[in-house]
Amino acid sequence: MRVLLSGNEAIARGGYESGVRVAAGYPGTPSTEILETLVRYSGVYAEWAPNEKVAMDVAIGAAYAGSRAMAVMKHVGLNVAADAFFYAAMTGMEAGLVVVSADDPFMHSSQNEQDNRHYAKFARVPCLEPSDSQEAKELVGVALEISEEFDSPVLLRITTRIAHSYTLVELGERKVEERTEPPSYRIDRVKYVMVPANARRRHPIAEERIAELRTFAENFPYNRMEMNGRGLGIVTNGVAYQYAKEVFPQASFLRLGMTYPLPEKMVRDFAAQVERLIVVEELDPFIEEEIRLMGIGVEGKSIFPICGEFDPHLVRQSAIRAGLLPASEAVETREVEETKGLPMRPPLLCPGCPHRGLFVTTKKLDLVVNGDIGCYTLGFLPPLSALHTCGCMGASIGQAHGVSKAGIAQKHVAVIGDSTFFHAGLPALLNVAYNKSDTIVIILDNRTTAMTGHQEHPGTGVTLKGEQTKAVAVEDVAKAFGIKRVYTLDPYNLKEVESVLRDCLAADGPAVVISRRECALLPEARKAWRPIKVIEERCNGCGLCFGIGCAAIVKSERLDEKTGRAKAWIDPLLCTGCEICAQVCARKAILFREQMIEEGESS
Amino acid sequence: MKEMNFLLAGVGGQGTLLASDVLADVGVRAGYDVKKSEVHGMAQRGGSVTSHVRWGDKVRSPLIGHGEVNYLLAFEKLEALRYVGMLRPGGVAIVGDQSIPPLSVSSGEDRYPDDERVGRTLRKVIERTHFIPSISLAEELGSARVHNIVLLGALSTFIEDVAPDTWLEAIEARVPERFLELNRRAFWTGREAVQPTIS
Repeated sequence: MRVLLSGNEAIARGGYESGVRVAAGYPGTPSTEILETLVRYSGVYAEWAPNEKVAMDVAIGAAYAGSRAMAVMKHVGLNVAADAFFYAAMTGMEAGLVVVSADDPFMHSSQNEQDNRHYAKFARVPCLEPSDSQEAKELVGVALEISEEFDSPVLLRITTRIAHSYTLVELGERKVEERTEPPSYRIDRVKYVMVPANARRRHPIAEERIAELRTFAENFPYNRMEMNGRGLGIVTNGVAYQYAKEVFPQASFLRLGMTYPLPEKMVRDFAAQVERLIVVEELDPFIEEEIRLMGIGVEGKSIFPICGEFDPHLVRQSAIRAGLLPASEAVETREVEETKGLPMRPPLLCPGCPHRGLFVTTKKLDLVVNGDIGCYTLGFLPPLSALHTCGCMGASIGQAHGVSKAGIAQKHVAVIGDSTFFHAGLPALLNVAYNKSDTIVIILDNRTTAMTGHQEHPGTGVTLKGEQTKAVAVEDVAKAFGIKRVYTLDPYNLKEVESVLRDCLAADGPAVVISRRECALLPEARKAWRPIKVIEERCNGCGLCFGIGCAAIVKSERLDEKTGRAKAWIDPLLCTGCEICAQVCARKAILFREQMIEEGESS
Repeated sequence: MKEMNFLLAGVGGQGTLLASDVLADVGVRAGYDVKKSEVHGMAQRGGSVTSHVRWGDKVRSPLIGHGEVNYLLAFEKLEALRYVGMLRPGGVAIVGDQSIPPLSVSSGEDRYPDDERVGRTLRKVIERTHFIPSISLAEELGSARVHNIVLLGALSTFIEDVAPDTWLEAIEARVPERFLELNRRAFWTGREAVQPTIS
């Protein structure tokens, strides 16, 4: 049966069909749907780990124990998991291990566009890259076979466009023998204990392995030559292959399904048959440099950009500029002046977002805010402009501690989400307590991993499988670390937020503030939405409420007679009734929920 | 059919993604190779959402190149203007009548283009634009939410080699039982809303 599957759904299907028993990951766009899909198949155990490093260790442990395993993460997640990835490359495993890295060219939802093929070369691990969902599914099984044949983890690298595009996939059956009894753990201390003496034995094995993989790559069926016109030869990979096939129907192709290590003989053979050799690959000149190291003349990044994501138009225009295609091949485009400079729809904290109450207050108190990765990063946008750094998962707390030790004139705080806190905030908070700084850590606890679409985490009390589990309380963690001043507040209550923050700022020593209110888009929170409204006669258009950056509160057509300013109006379709605007209004022109009820009763 | 490229453009929460699921499925049911790709930034309410859907004997790229869209299905007028340049000569824009002002407009920094400007600009770029009062038609049927199906109905009239039943099967596969009749009516209403034009 052929069905349309996203690359992510196809990878999950591939894991199921090829007998993956254990899978672990941490949510991260564009990889999140892989585990969300995989967990629905029977016979597969899948979990959200607190972070990618833990997920990698979990998958490695399962593979050590003889079960096929998968670790899943976005590209920057592999930075977190790199330590584990590297030792697994040294030890090998007892059963197949596939590591899925979802890279994000153009940074649709990321802080960088690092090219994780470098990790394959760095760790001496083979790298496979699919060009559509069918291949994404197949390459999971292929990766596990290679992993077992060569005793190495295998990196399956996808990009956003593969992860989030739907293409037709032929479904197969799960090929796995059901176990009658649990396998016994095979002990091999020399292979698996990476003390220097053993690691020195393993390193040459890893080098030999990659040499053997070079030979294997020559006959790897997903590396293939598609010979056509000999004037232009294109080496390409992943989704770039699709763009190139469309733009250069006359050219010859060397499509690489394994981009590390490269099949040198095949590349030489291909290069010898074409007049001009180019590489079409997104992000870094990875293939290009490997070919150049073979002493073969090749062009790539002199024609196509390093930065951003490709599409057929970009590939075509780049080719025309480089003289690879005649100018007559340009697609007629019909840009007109009137379609430029249109109002944009930038990302924004949602109406009812609990983070807003916190940021309105840190802004009022003029605090420097070290921020982190999550929805709340959007607090940096005007009109709030209330978040001043964002680097990577968990960075906020360590940075704020450093700021504290360096000393600045202003008061400052760290803000971090609940899921991000469990991911990489824990050791940083321990450091604050251990190394004694006055850092104030605000944990924006919206009871979910919101930005990636509401995934469970250790604070929610629910697993990826939907099972109940122990919910960790941040309060208990902070106290266990030795932090004495721990506050919990409701960010919808601006007076409470301000009073707690003022207390923290006035005292010496570290403090933890848990700003707890569930994400307004969670099903239970949606049930509580009750739009509120502006009393037009009381509003004089002062604009204080516009300063909270809520899409539900807008400038109306009605102008105040005295000031000539536009009065505020609340869009009942967007408003959730969080009352933050009502609290900042100096003229009591916005009704609170209770007043709405009273008004309803009196009218 | 060599290839047929559809670009769906709207705002998060408008049902753009459901419509693109249906459209991709119609292509599969009609026997074509199909690819679909969703393009959106960081998840949030109210962001721009576009979906590329391609049918053909053999589809390569999941993204449609600039100037290669056959049909632009816009769920919102500002988004119609934003993406009309993606159309190829002879392409068709089908535009729903909804306006969703972005924050920069509602905060008074920007102006939302009025209907006259929207119409004038679209005509300047493309010869064939069909405005469909999708929201009011859907409201007449009982729910503004089915405006996406009204628009799909309108689109279906241009794809002559795929029977209406194929579209209905793809819609019915995705809609809860109790909303089936409403969605069927929305589809037929959309078909009737397209006026024949001389192009």
